[in-house]
Amino acid sequence: MAIIQIQDVSKKFQTKDGEIDALKHVTLDIEAGDIYGIIGMSGAGKSTLVRCINHIEVPTEGTVIVQDKDLSKLSEKELRKQREHIGMIFQHFNLLMQKSVLENVCFPLFIQGKSKVEAKKKAYELLDIVGLKDRAKAYPSQLSGGQKQRVAIARALASDPQILLCDEATSALDPQTTSSILALLKDINKRFGITIVVITHQMAVVREICNRVAIMKDGQVVENGSTVEIFNHPKSEVARDLLRKDDGGDTTGDDQQTANQIQDGTKIRIVFTENSAFEPVIANMILTFKEPINILKAATKNVGGVAKGEMILEIPSGSTNVKAMEQYLIDRGLELEELSETKTGGAF
Amino acid sequence: MWTEQVRSMIGTGILETLYMTVVSTVFGYLFGLPMGILLCITDKEGLKPNKVIYKILDVIANIVRSIPFLILLILLIPFTRLLLGKSYGSTATIVPLTAAAIPFIARMVESSLKEVDYGVIEAAKAMGASNSRIIFKVLLVEARTSLITGATIAIGTILGYSAMAGAVGGGGLGDIAVRYGYYRYQTDIMLVTVALLIVIVQVFQSVGMFVANRLDRRK
Repeated sequence: MAIIQIQDVSKKFQTKDGEIDALKHVTLDIEAGDIYGIIGMSGAGKSTLVRCINHIEVPTEGTVIVQDKDLSKLSEKELRKQREHIGMIFQHFNLLMQKSVLENVCFPLFIQGKSKVEAKKKAYELLDIVGLKDRAKAYPSQLSGGQKQRVAIARALASDPQILLCDEATSALDPQTTSSILALLKDINKRFGITIVVITHQMAVVREICNRVAIMKDGQVVENGSTVEIFNHPKSEVARDLLRKDDGGDTTGDDQQTANQIQDGTKIRIVFTENSAFEPVIANMILTFKEPINILKAATKNVGGVAKGEMILEIPSGSTNVKAMEQYLIDRGLELEELSETKTGGAF
Repeated sequence: MWTEQVRSMIGTGILETLYMTVVSTVFGYLFGLPMGILLCITDKEGLKPNKVIYKILDVIANIVRSIPFLILLILLIPFTRLLLGKSYGSTATIVPLTAAAIPFIARMVESSLKEVDYGVIEAAKAMGASNSRIIFKVLLVEARTSLITGATIAIGTILGYSAMAGAVGGGGLGDIAVRYGYYRYQTDIMLVTVALLIVIVQVFQSVGMFVANRLDRRK
């Protein structure tokens, strides 16, 4: 039984300009122990979706079942109790600015009715986990972005949640800090077995920590599955788009765009898995077919700890060997996908 | 002219002014703070939106605030008499002062609370905090600096109103300024009372800002 079951969830918002469908019939299962990525461009509905998991946003239609409890059937009080099992961290940290680091971490503990002494003891333990024990007396304004997020993580873990929701948790951080926060999340997932749901618009974040991913567009999940699977065989346009924007650097965040110098010709994206990296496939193919293959982009990316080579090749227009060359690559165990003109146009 | 009598009169005036201002501010907050909190949470985007309650409080606040204080003072004479048995003197002035202060303070509180970052409220919700906990442990705490600044402004305004009450026998420094400066052409006494009012406002303002800054952890 999945720990989070999102069944046919829709959410409509009333705005001045009429009704907006933020979510349209979304169905997702998130298994216990997963680090589940939900990725999409801004406005895709991913933040709304994650808020449905703790019912901060109540779905207009559909049901959300968390730990076998249908959230819509819970009373106000039961819902608050359930929320204690679901930690959440945010893009802008959302710490109490007038309270010290220690008091911030104590906040959820007081909600649970812990005594001051108990709460403090636990808060120090949590700050130790996130590596900020020595800053307990500091105020959030005295901390860096990464430190603030660590405090937020400590605070989210205070109620011993089984689920941690991360809403663009690294989007306001620089690349190094992002990596360290992601490493911390991965560690928390391993050590405490907490299921983590990661909302992001950066493919690099998904690659680094998520074992499964759902891709959203216009309030719908267009594709979901294991991260490796989607990296190797992106089926949807959005997935390809996101993969192309991913510049291969690890969580650098900026969408480095390569100029699209050559407009015609067939473009193909190939992915090397570990065992295909030994043979000089491209060189051999050029020798075999005597065609001037153009390498438009090549990168190595870390997908869930495994190095994957990614390359975008262009076969000159007018070539009669396109199909044969594609077959040649497939025969050598490469994952391959043809990119149409419109898809490459400007996007990567 | 600086007889013992005048000096003691001015001394009493200072005390009466402080008495009226402080007591009215306290009563003003006693009612204005809850009203401000209610305005904030029943608003469309608030914690517990409630159109009816919001509208009622909103209208009350607007009506009272749009009546000039001098008129309110006169309008409330029967009510003051009913409550205290007389309608002149500094204690009686506290009634209209409080009535004027409540909606003013409520609006200040409302706007201070609305300044609190929605993200922090959302985080508290996600942690399973109840609305009352959010109000007392998040909203009022995070808005602390702004609330104190608001109180400083409120106390200055109430002090100004209390001086106005002097026109209808309200007691305090304003009363002295009107009686001696206006009716008896003793400009010097008037100037002294005005100077004293300025000093009092200045002191309240400085203390308020000092406390507000002292308690602000954002810098």
